[in-house]
This record gives sequence, C-alpha cells and structure tokens, in this order.
Amino acid sequence: MKIDPDKCVACGNCVPICPVGAISIEPAIGRATINTDECVECFTCYRGMSKEHLNPLMVRAVRRVAKLFRFRFDPEPDICPTDAIVPQELAWPRIVRRAFSDPQVPHESTGIHGRGTAEVKTNDVTHRVKEGEAGFVVEFGRPGVGARFRDIQRITTVLAKLGVEFEENNPVASLMTDRSRGVIREDILNEKILSAIVEIKAPTERVPAVLQSIRDLAREVDTVISVGVSARCDSVGNDLLGRILAQEGYPAYRGKTNLGLGQPTEIQNSENAEVRK
Amino acid sequence: MTNTLHRYSEHYAFAAPPHPEPIRDDYIVFAMASRGINDDNLVEKFQTFLRLALKHEPVNIGDATKGGSIRPRQDLNPLAHWRRDHRPDPERVIAEIDGHTTVAAVFDNYEAMEKFVEEIKAAHLGISINISAPIDEAKRCCDDAGIARHSVEYSIGFSGRVDKLPEATTLELSTMCGHGMVSANFAKKMLEWVRENRRTPEEAARYMARFCSCGVFNITRAERIMKRACNIKY
Repeated sequence: MKIDPDKCVACGNCVPICPVGAISIEPAIGRATINTDECVECFTCYRGMSKEHLNPLMVRAVRRVAKLFRFRFDPEPDICPTDAIVPQELAWPRIVRRAFSDPQVPHESTGIHGRGTAEVKTNDVTHRVKEGEAGFVVEFGRPGVGARFRDIQRITTVLAKLGVEFEENNPVASLMTDRSRGVIREDILNEKILSAIVEIKAPTERVPAVLQSIRDLAREVDTVISVGVSARCDSVGNDLLGRILAQEGYPAYRGKTNLGLGQPTEIQNSENAEVRK
Repeated sequence: MTNTLHRYSEHYAFAAPPHPEPIRDDYIVFAMASRGINDDNLVEKFQTFLRLALKHEPVNIGDATKGGSIRPRQDLNPLAHWRRDHRPDPERVIAEIDGHTTVAAVFDNYEAMEKFVEEIKAAHLGISINISAPIDEAKRCCDDAGIARHSVEYSIGFSGRVDKLPEATTLELSTMCGHGMVSANFAKKMLEWVRENRRTPEEAARYMARFCSCGVFNITRAERIMKRACNIKY
C-alpha cells in the first residue's frame, strides 16, 4: 500500500485506522507515509475508509486557514478526503502478506476467504475432526499484533516434534516445505502478516499435554497467540472437551457450535425426492 | 469465521474476576458450505438464510466477501461531515451474494437467535450452520430447538506477548472484528471521542462497524461497552 504524496493532505484520519500502526505523518514532508516493513497489506485503510475525492489544494488551503486560527476541525474520522491511499501491485513474497491479512482475498490453497480455514465449521459434512479427536486452531498475531512467519515456524517445528498431525487443507501447511518437520519455505520467513492459523489434530486424551506445550512455546515468540480447541459431539450432542478444559483451568466461555444441519447434496436430493413421493 | 471465536470479555482477562458478567447481547449465527459437497444452489440458500434472519431483527448481517450491512462509501461529498447516513443496508448484502462465502447474522438477544435457529432448522437448507456465542447459551439454544450439537470449538483465549495487547475495553471493541480490521487505535480514538462528547456511542459504533468487512461487528454491544466505559446511562 502507498499514500500518494500529491493527494495526501495530512489530515491524519488514516493513522489510527491501520491495524498494525504502520501509518504516520512524516513531519519533514507534511504527508502521511506507510512503514512498508510493518505494513501487512490488509487493505483496511484503502477499503475501509470512505472517500470524498476532494481537490487536495483546496483541502490544504482550508486546513491552513483553520490551523492559523487554531480552529479544531472535527471531520468524520473514517474518511480519506482526497482518495490518497493507493494499492500497489504485489510480487512474491510480499503478496503473501495480503493473502494472510486481507479477509476478502480467498486463499489459493483452500478457496476460503479470511484465514482460509474451515475447522469444525463444516465438520458436519467434512468429518475432519472425528469422535475421540481434538482439533487445535493456533492463531498467530491475533488480535491486532501481527506475526512473522519466522515466529510461526518456531512453533510449528516444535509441534512437529510432538508428533501432532498438521491439517493438510490449511494455508500455512500449504507453505511448508517439509510438513513432517513443520518447516516453512525460507523466502517468506520475514514476511509480516496480520494473522495466520495453524491447525493440528491429536487424540482427545492428549489435549492437556498439547495445550501445555503451546502455552510454553508461546513465551518464545514475539507475538500473541490465540487458541481454539474443537471436538466432535456424541449422538446426543454432548462433548467431553468442555470438562477437560475446565479441569485444566482454561477459560472456555465462548465458542462455536456446529448444529449438524449440513448435508451432502446427494443425500439432500434423495430426501427431497422421498418427500415428493 | 474464526473471526468470531476470540471475542474478548472479562472471562478472558489475564487476571479474570471470580464472577465475570455474562455476555447477553452477542449471538452470531453463520452459514457456510463445502466445495463439491453441499454447495449447489448456494446463492439462493445464503439469501434464504439472511432473509429468515432479517425477520428477527439482527443488529448486523454480512457476507464475508463483500461486507456487512454498514459499509464505507466511495462517493461521499463534504456534506457527509454534517449529515452522514448511518443507516444499514441489509438488502444490498443479500443482493450482492454471488457464490461461496460465509454469511452471518448478529443478534443482541437470545430469544431472537433461538427463534431464528428454529426457522433455519425447519428450512432444511443443507448448508453448515454454526452459532458463535457463549457455549452454554448455544447449547441451550440447541436443546430448545431440538438439535443435537454436531461439533464444538472453544476459545481458550490469548497467550504469548499479551503485553502487546491494548487495555480491556479497547480489546472488547476491536475483537468484535476478529479479522483485525477494527484497529485498537481506532477503537481507542472512538472511546475518547465519546468521552469528550464529540460523537455519540451510536455514531462511534457505526464508524467502527464500517471497517468490519464481513459484518459480524455487534453495534449494540459496542454501544453498551462505550456507554459503560464513559459512564453514560444505558
């Protein structure tokens, strides 16, 4: 992302908008600039701000007069008045930043938007997490801190040694050169992204050990880690996992519940045909 | 839709109070399908999902690929600074669905969610439906609607460099867009503006909602959080 200095009027509206704090007003030029090393190409500034398309010369003149009289102009806080934020063509490896940071870009590896993972949200038709198994969703950089792949690799290589199974259909796994060792391709290790999810599976009885390992490993990285744990319920809708998490002292207040209403198309069609008969 | 999993509340505080206040105004129901498994007539099914949701007055709805019912505009003129249209446009969300995505409806009360879930069950859409809410409330909803839960996913909170996170109120606001599109700095700015009476909590909540690109930002909860933080009666 870039801010066009010919259009920017240094109103400062975009500064707090940036999720990773990569935008600032450069005093020497009196324009907003983006720290490209910190920018994660999430497109929040470009897409999230409303636009007015005003003439920059006119806006600067008005702002100068207001400043002269110490008037506090109180504009709408989410508008770029001159449409000064300009997306740039992204090349490899920088394009990885956008893939993992802009939720409106689908991941090539999974075809899913956002972080590109389905987890147990479609478990009623994919059966990814089966009874007796636990799925772990380890998310790096969330909320609002960002992460570099180097930090993610520090964790994935240790997780691999623990013998856990990486979910194949996952954007981070698709960037691994050696999944058995949790090694991510070298050329993207320094790329910063808003967040990325690593999905692993393990038998339910290993939940406490795996979570403890993740907690221990989290101390070694320079970012925040958010963790979700999932399980298949039994035939009457109960699950063991909640009890395990409570026993281990984890705050399992909120979560997602798959209602099991999904059905493969052929089953649905045959049921509909039965009803019509 | 992992973006609805880690919504911060006192329950996830690093020094959690013994009896955190339950969250009773934040319930999300969302739908998605799997490629090649249950994705036939998908646009129609997603539109049916959202139309049924609208009957129960959600505070926001959204399509993960296009945005929520309150969106940024590319065609504003300077009058917007005095007469901004903050009204949501749910019909636009429904009309623009064009294929694989995740659609979501956000409710600010349990009863609305429960009635919607009953209707969705009866509609037999065949796509995967999930509730993102306090786990016990979601289970109660399933029990009330005669549904046996298929799978559950628990958020167990944050670890690592938690010192990099903002303070609790800001986190409550910013994590309502789990994709991170509502930045902590902007949430802080909006809180300050409400505190200084430069904007109302209702306006501030809508500014933030525009950045949430899949429409799961809960405007009602955001208003409540800001009123509580700024000592405004609610």
